[in-house]
Amino acid sequence: MVAPAVILLLLFTYIPLLGNVIAFMDYVPFLGFSGSSWVGLDNFTMLFSDPAFWSAFSNTLQITALQLILFFPVPILLAVFLNGVLRSSVQRFVQSVIYLPHFLSWVIIVALFQQMFGGAGVLNRFLITHGISPLEIMSNPETFKLLLTVQGIWKDAGWGTIIFLAAIAAIDGHLYEAATIDGAGPWRRFWHVTLPGMRPIIVLMLILRLGDSLSVGFEQILLQRDAVGPGAAEVLDTFVYFNGVVDGSWGTATAAGLLKGIVSLVLVLAANKLAHKLGEEGIYQR
Amino acid sequence: MSAIERPAWMGTPRIGTTVLRGIGLVILCALVIFPFLVVVSTSLATQADIDANGGYVIWPESFSIEAYRQIFDGTQVTRSIIISVGITVVGTAFSLFCTVLAAYGLSRRGTLFQRGLLTFVLLTLLFGPGMIPVYLMVKNLGMLNTYWALIIPTAVSAFNVVIIRGFIQGIPSELFDAARIDGASEWRVLWLVVIPLSKAAIAVVGLFLAVGYWNNYFGPLLYLNDSNMWPLQLLMRSFVLQNNITSTSSPLPGAAMPPQQAVQMALVVIATVPILCAYPFLTKHMSKGMLTGAVKG
Repeated sequence: MVAPAVILLLLFTYIPLLGNVIAFMDYVPFLGFSGSSWVGLDNFTMLFSDPAFWSAFSNTLQITALQLILFFPVPILLAVFLNGVLRSSVQRFVQSVIYLPHFLSWVIIVALFQQMFGGAGVLNRFLITHGISPLEIMSNPETFKLLLTVQGIWKDAGWGTIIFLAAIAAIDGHLYEAATIDGAGPWRRFWHVTLPGMRPIIVLMLILRLGDSLSVGFEQILLQRDAVGPGAAEVLDTFVYFNGVVDGSWGTATAAGLLKGIVSLVLVLAANKLAHKLGEEGIYQR
Repeated sequence: MSAIERPAWMGTPRIGTTVLRGIGLVILCALVIFPFLVVVSTSLATQADIDANGGYVIWPESFSIEAYRQIFDGTQVTRSIIISVGITVVGTAFSLFCTVLAAYGLSRRGTLFQRGLLTFVLLTLLFGPGMIPVYLMVKNLGMLNTYWALIIPTAVSAFNVVIIRGFIQGIPSELFDAARIDGASEWRVLWLVVIPLSKAAIAVVGLFLAVGYWNNYFGPLLYLNDSNMWPLQLLMRSFVLQNNITSTSSPLPGAAMPPQQAVQMALVVIATVPILCAYPFLTKHMSKGMLTGAVKG
């Protein structure tokens, strides 16, 4: 019964994993794996001397950093805020509204942003009719990374609250009671009961986020890359796509992808180890 | 409205706090709803309305379904809607088939190689092979420019297997024993015991899969060169975002009649409607299914 799944994983995960050897080859599709010649680390040398690669690398890190600082805390704060809403019907209604954008495709999200903030969008029409000069929000390379982060927040922050709401719900009510008897107000209860109660799940989500730190909004960026140019918008994933599939530099593109995969794996393992050191469970046990 | 159950230790909040909280909630909802309102209104507006408002409409003065009529007029848009529906239905069915089989197989302790196979599946959660090797694999298997390329490579995800497996493991083993004593084969047990009892989990995973197939635009971009094969998301990308709607190969004859803007927004609405239809079912089970599955795994 497991056979179909195992065969599919073998074909599309494990064998392609071995297919990464073309990072060390001068791969010519016409000649195939056996016909193409080995070039050792040439692809990597070429990659490291390519300023476009370093630019993509730096963009990726900048976007990850922005997401960690601006995006990561939002679902936590939203969950705390929603948890404070006592009327459960209101809470459920608001939850189902803010979960919704998570299920929309990036094409729709970008179209919505275009409609709101584009050159002829709602915001700019408003500004123009009030005698203020319009803003270039959708096509400004300077603020593109911020735009990506805001789009990400709009799409996924609501969805992100699910797990934190569950964590808050699991906190023992007696702790709040005891804290209140000891004279703790709402803020102190938040600081000394809610936050520590959420700590394991926050650490877990942080680890998962770190493991993904080299994968930043591939589909989202691919849709908007043309508007701001590769200088501001190229990330590792788009670099791999354009160099490999579009331009046919299979070797270098695979080398970049392989590098990304290895660094991501190391990041997860390292973050998990760190979590164990801090006394948390992490994603898996030792 | 349900009664407010305030824990005894919590004091009565001040009026000001309650009002501020209420305003916060309204703003939160408005942030999500307002863009949709604009899109739906614009799709239903006439050109005069749109021109008067400078490209968008918040509330149309006169309703017009011209944009929708044009889209469903047997053009490329109609075709890509059919393609998208087809990919979603076939993809979801195929994925669920493989996932449920694997989940059941891996939930049975002591079967042949059970531990090894479980590790084999779970390891894929940790690493991905990268875009290029998978692309070359699909190409070497001759699946380029076929819809199979969108379905088969991504059909099995270890995450989904883990969720459904967690559910199946929650079924009391006495039920399996009883069925086997009655002489049921593994397939009958799967069909008559496992599937009916884990319907909720299968439904949630199925809906998530369906949303994924419906929303997929990178897959078609990567694997389908022929624009006649494009599903809705990819068509939308080129019509709405790249503004190709007036290009020479215009799929919408007589494009001067209804407002372009309205047609674009109507496309966005059409791509959103299936999600909205599935949404009540998604919200009903999703947090429950997500959490139990993930925690038990």
